[in-house]
Amino acid sequence: MSKIPLQFRHNGRDVAIFVDGGTNLLVALREMIGDMTPKFGCGQGGCGTCSVLIDGELHLSCLTLAETVGGRSIETLDGMKQGPHLHPLQRAFADHFAAQCGYCTPGMLMAAKALLDRNPSPSRDEVVEAISGNICRCTGYEPIINAILAAAGGRVSA
Amino acid sequence: MTRHRGRGMASINYPIGMNLGGDPSQALVHSNPSGKFTVALSSIDLGQGMKSVTRQICAETLGVPVEDVYVDTADSDTGPHCMGSFASRGTHRVGNAVMAAAREARGVMMEAAAEELEVNAADLETDGRGNIHVKGAPHRSISTKDVAIAAQFKQGKTISGRGIFLVPLSEVNPETGEMSPATCYAHACLVAEVDVDDETGEVAMVRMDSAYELGRALNPRLVEQQLVGGAWMGVSHALYETPEPYYPDPVHGPRDFVEYLMPGPGDICPHDIAVLERPAPDGPFGAKGPGEMCANPVLPAVANAIFNAVGVRIDDLPITPEKVLRAIKAQGGARPQARR
Repeated sequence: MSKIPLQFRHNGRDVAIFVDGGTNLLVALREMIGDMTPKFGCGQGGCGTCSVLIDGELHLSCLTLAETVGGRSIETLDGMKQGPHLHPLQRAFADHFAAQCGYCTPGMLMAAKALLDRNPSPSRDEVVEAISGNICRCTGYEPIINAILAAAGGRVSA
Repeated sequence: MTRHRGRGMASINYPIGMNLGGDPSQALVHSNPSGKFTVALSSIDLGQGMKSVTRQICAETLGVPVEDVYVDTADSDTGPHCMGSFASRGTHRVGNAVMAAAREARGVMMEAAAEELEVNAADLETDGRGNIHVKGAPHRSISTKDVAIAAQFKQGKTISGRGIFLVPLSEVNPETGEMSPATCYAHACLVAEVDVDDETGEVAMVRMDSAYELGRALNPRLVEQQLVGGAWMGVSHALYETPEPYYPDPVHGPRDFVEYLMPGPGDICPHDIAVLERPAPDGPFGAKGPGEMCANPVLPAVANAIFNAVGVRIDDLPITPEKVLRAIKAQGGARPQARR
């Protein structure tokens, strides 16, 4: 099978790779770009931990064909931190003990970022709706919801 | 269609750890020439905070800042033996082992400091900020870093310690079957309120109120995190999760996360938690463990709340809408019980 050349922006940086037809974006990011922050959970869109932003919109990278993202802008958790400075959402997750095993955290943070980027002051119900495609086994969701609301309200530690 | 509100409670005694084989865990503590300490464990931190809490226990016992302790876990090739992270045993069993190891390491550190300061080790104390000084004479002081350097390069001593915690194996009385499987028990009481829909059989969580007695909470935020997350898992076991809904018949079993039901962020309810601290005599700094027990009382409390709401007693988990509806139908309709 011939390889397909693919160029896109990955966290603000132009990247170019060759992918096999049918390769999903999660595999392309993890195995070809080397960005391990999107996680493989179920591989069929049921858990949300592979979530990334494509042109600012939340997508499940395991269900996205890599060849469809040519010329588009992909954001992953790897691009969230600015140098040594955590993103306010990351800071809020730490402050609120919103991670335990951490496996859902990359997807939760991307879902939260997608929400706050378009709605900086969400209600609790809007936060719940925004993360409803992401499964967490450890936290009971409450600390995650509180962290996102705190980040939206600017209530995060320095 | 009517939604019936019901309230149920449950209380539990929860044994910390297990008795099999004496339930041992080991820990090794050593210093580097930088004056920082490493704790080697084979125990695993699954996210519940074992690294944080053993780090605190080690730092407190050594008398050094918590930043000066690094915990290396989960390598059974190079670490000392541990039974594992289960049975709510981590803080209690591993913590006790870390405490014993840190105590031995502290003894060597104080001897090495005494040699440098030319005093008796019994006259020294740590300040918790990385210094060791003569009691009552803080100017006669040496940093733990300088002690570690002297021990390594001058005195030829390893500042290290070994620790193990082993519960005496309890014999079973052949006449009565009586034994003493645990040395330490935590306790909890939880009240659950639910709404039961008598047309759909659906059960919605309304609120939970709980009190947990788990020895001293060494890290209150980690304890809270365990209790909040564990209660969610209890709700999930009570109302949602099963790999075999028609056990022993495997039909209609879930095949993936889409079919394996768990409560989502919209299904949770307010949960007010009170933590009662009664230090355990044999726990590290009085700690027991908040592990598994944070899920357990939820299940009977929810089952009791459903009985209180519609008068049906479901003793088969999870309590699905189908089971609730069949039971309501069998008794000829919902029979709300008295509210207490």
